[in-house]
Amino acid sequence: MPRLRASVLVSAIVVATALWASASRFAGAETTSTAQGLAAWDQVYSVLTSPRCINCHTATNYPQQGDDRHRHVANVVRGPEGKGVPGLNCAGCHQETNADSTGVPGGHNWHLAPLEMRWQDINDRALSSAAVCRQLTDRTRNHKLDGPGLLKHHEEEPLVKWAWNPGRRPDGTARTLPPLTHEQFIAATRRWVEAGTPCPSGR
Amino acid sequence: MATFQITVNGERREVNVDPSTPLLWVLREDLKMTGTKFGCGISACGACTVHVGGVATRSCIVPISHIGDRPIITIEGVGNDAVGRAVQDAWVAQDVVQCGYCQSGQIMSAVALLKSTSRPTEQNIEESMGGNLCRCGTYPRIRAAIKTAAAQINKGGA
Amino acid sequence: MLRAAAQVELNRRGFMRVSFAAAGGLFVSLYLDPASLAQEVALPQQPAKVYPPDAFVNIRPDGKIVIQVNRLEFGQGVQTALPMVLADELDADWNNVIGELAPAADVYKDPLFGIQMVGGSGSIAHSYQQYRELGGKTRAMLVAAAADRWKTTPDKCRTEASVVHGPNGQSATYAELASDAARKPVPATVRLKNPSEFRLIGKQVKRLDSRPKCDGSLKFGLDLDLPGMKVAVVAHPPVFGARVKKVSDGEARRVEGVRDIFEIPLAKGTGVAVVADKYWPAKQARGLLNIEWDFSGVEKADSTELWTRYKQLSQTPGAVAASRGDQNALDKVAATNRIVAEYEFPFLAHSPMEPLNTTVRFDGDRAEVWAGSQFQTADQMAVAEVLGLKTEQVLFHTEMAGGGFGRRAVTDSHVQREAAAIAKRLKGTPVKLVWSREDDVRGGYYRPMHYHRVEIGVGPDGFPVAWRHVIVGQSLLAGTPFEAMLVKNGVDETATEGTADTPYNITNLHVSVHHPKVNVPVLWWRSVGHTHNAYVMETLIDELAARARMDPITYRHKLLKPDAKKLHSTLELLDKQTAAWRNRLPKGHALGVAAHECFGTGVACAVDVSIENKRPKIHRATLAVDCGVAVNPLTIESQFQAGVGFGLTQLMAKGAITLKDGIVEQRNFDGYVPPYIVDAPVAVDVHIVPSAEAPTGCGEPPVPVISPAVVNALARLTGKRYRSLPLVTI
Repeated sequence: MPRLRASVLVSAIVVATALWASASRFAGAETTSTAQGLAAWDQVYSVLTSPRCINCHTATNYPQQGDDRHRHVANVVRGPEGKGVPGLNCAGCHQETNADSTGVPGGHNWHLAPLEMRWQDINDRALSSAAVCRQLTDRTRNHKLDGPGLLKHHEEEPLVKWAWNPGRRPDGTARTLPPLTHEQFIAATRRWVEAGTPCPSGR
Repeated sequence: MATFQITVNGERREVNVDPSTPLLWVLREDLKMTGTKFGCGISACGACTVHVGGVATRSCIVPISHIGDRPIITIEGVGNDAVGRAVQDAWVAQDVVQCGYCQSGQIMSAVALLKSTSRPTEQNIEESMGGNLCRCGTYPRIRAAIKTAAAQINKGGA
Repeated sequence: MLRAAAQVELNRRGFMRVSFAAAGGLFVSLYLDPASLAQEVALPQQPAKVYPPDAFVNIRPDGKIVIQVNRLEFGQGVQTALPMVLADELDADWNNVIGELAPAADVYKDPLFGIQMVGGSGSIAHSYQQYRELGGKTRAMLVAAAADRWKTTPDKCRTEASVVHGPNGQSATYAELASDAARKPVPATVRLKNPSEFRLIGKQVKRLDSRPKCDGSLKFGLDLDLPGMKVAVVAHPPVFGARVKKVSDGEARRVEGVRDIFEIPLAKGTGVAVVADKYWPAKQARGLLNIEWDFSGVEKADSTELWTRYKQLSQTPGAVAASRGDQNALDKVAATNRIVAEYEFPFLAHSPMEPLNTTVRFDGDRAEVWAGSQFQTADQMAVAEVLGLKTEQVLFHTEMAGGGFGRRAVTDSHVQREAAAIAKRLKGTPVKLVWSREDDVRGGYYRPMHYHRVEIGVGPDGFPVAWRHVIVGQSLLAGTPFEAMLVKNGVDETATEGTADTPYNITNLHVSVHHPKVNVPVLWWRSVGHTHNAYVMETLIDELAARARMDPITYRHKLLKPDAKKLHSTLELLDKQTAAWRNRLPKGHALGVAAHECFGTGVACAVDVSIENKRPKIHRATLAVDCGVAVNPLTIESQFQAGVGFGLTQLMAKGAITLKDGIVEQRNFDGYVPPYIVDAPVAVDVHIVPSAEAPTGCGEPPVPVISPAVVNALARLTGKRYRSLPLVTI
């Protein structure tokens, strides 16, 4: 009966491998998959800290604007829910869609990311890759998003998608896009999630 | 050019304009309502502030095509309700204005604040009025007038 | 700059001229009822909007008294204050007084300067006596008419609230008496009220223009709408004085609503005008123009290069503005007792809230202009010149203006010239020229850049024994009609005021100035030379006081000349009014003091400052003011409370206009950021020194003191001295 034993062995090995692989998906064990996950994270990080995204992920009382990430005009402030304050609500000026004739970006429910999702320090400097990664994966701070939750956020949240359709500046020129396309960003997020959302070590 | 139906201070109006035209210029030049002012055109000064769907909005940067059927209130109509009236009366009582050019916007922002927060703190005032520029510098009297209006509103139960 | 107390005699011809004006009709200074007057003397009907060109008081049949204000209202409150002065002497019912801005006409010229203008904080100072007399004489004529009617004598009548009362219970309203009064001779002199008789002057009288400015009904120049009116914008050269070489306007012309595009001459160089039905298409079309500019022969000013040049110039003395005492005194002071300080002040834009605009209609043999102008005489002449008309053929209306701060008083009338050039081409059609905020921020006419180098020799008692001061900055007046009056021996006084004439008792003083020629148009910015001179003086005085370990108020008292009355009085009042708080500040707060006199008014200022979010937070400012008679204490309080908010423009992190290779680097309020509510003092209390002296101005005096007061406070908090503006880091 050697053939039967061989096929059972092969199946067993396949199953074991599958089990072991799925275990490592959530165990973050040192595998080539982790290295790929870290590389994927690098790509995700490059998008998160590009102006179109990081300008609303501030650590301060205010959003930023422009590729030079200067403080937003008119002293607009965060407000208790990140939606501005009465008289200066984000949605007062930022409509549902971009206003290209006046150069004001728009998207559904325009508001600041919560402070738990700040990717800068209070001096407006981007946090390190390790620090941002830790924040994103800290379930006590990231509004309970797990890997698939993060992926869905990147895929579907209107303000995230806005970054790839950011409209025109007041001078008529097109706003700079993030360094990856949205599809590439999703693919990188997926790889990172599949690798178990590994974070680089360090500060 | 396209035709738009908008509601301004409770009245239905129709305009025929380039859809990219900011609401500010539709108000000023098509509807001849010049109370809403042009100060900068980049939403930095607040002179153009109106209320759209109850939200304070800088009309210089919102194209008419983005308005839809949300009702618009301008300085010409804000006095039709008790909060607006209280703010205008307080502005006059406290002799706030100097050149007056920014004051339409200041009043619209103050009304938005007081409709949401009837007992604003100093910080509330500073934050909500923080984007309205006054080159004359009437800020201290604006603060005083907001407090006067708040007192009036809370007394009268507006 | 105070006028002598001598009365300004307004002769009969000047005050009441019965004349036939160009528009056709009889204008009488006191009473204008076109319809009934026409009936009476069989004259043609009056056109719809006419002015009595030589009248100040118009008593209407309905009882309203319309008073013509001989200068622009742009926030300072003159449209209330001058009518108030006249109404008091007239005994008019204040509830029925209307203040109107007079059009350009000879009779409305400033009595001291001889041109129709507002500036130099001179409205009350120059026209107080004038308006008192106008009111007094009008009253005298009404009383004379009543006395006639009742067959009694004027001394037996009295007046109150627009009514004349006779000795036997008779009464008649001013409206009823007006036409009879108009026929009375204008008295050569008149007895004016004793201050104890004032009903309005000296009282807190609220502004006349508040309500319409709060309900959107008041029209500014920019709000003007005329039948058939077009709107124009102008593409200005990116470098001052450049000229249009070539224009591709195909795309621009295709914007719906665009009517015409053509080149026009500017005050310097040329530009391209876009005329459209409305502002938005005009602006869109301008953005689509492709213009090639000719920069040949045009200097490209550059801020970096200018700083280097100015610093170099400051090392050597320039044209002498003040020199007294021993010029070698400084060399005799040991190096350890010397202070050397160098200061940098950038270009500043005025940026009044209402963008610049002018409307002109040219009809071939006449023209009509509407502008919120601080300089009507000059602007009217400039429009006439461009249109090839005589000045009398130009009817120039003064519109209410949204701020000015000096920006609407330009000797070359460049905005009006642009508008006239466009109107000329559109003959018959009124055109409103609008400058966008970008045009304004980038359009020049700035407060000039200045560099100061000061060397002080400090005596053993901590007071300066020697003071050598070199100022570098463009002359405002060179090339203007004012040059002859105010530029002497190479010194433009508007650059040295506040330093050369310092009231501090410095025995050995030398102040000199260099006026480099730079291709950037410059202009007086509210308080002019005091903007930088007061900053230098008051920060250095403060430094000296700190070195001497003396209270800043005490130090100033000791160093000021005894005859610097208005500074002594205000410092005294400041001392009293700040006694409760200035030495009891919480941790992290510091006191800053500054005192300065300009345009005849003394001001002392104390601020309570802390640092919040890396910026100065001004919790409180206390101001003591000596402006002679306080004509309207409410206006004065407002001017000072708000004026300090304007003055803080100098300290804003982005409060500078800079140029790179000839091009202005800022474009709007995102790059040039004035003070918002968070930047202004939270509370300002103003105290006026009681005085019976002739009134002096309050428009500019609030500005110079605030910036040095604030940085003097910062110096106590950080130990640093702030000599380079704007204040980018603290």
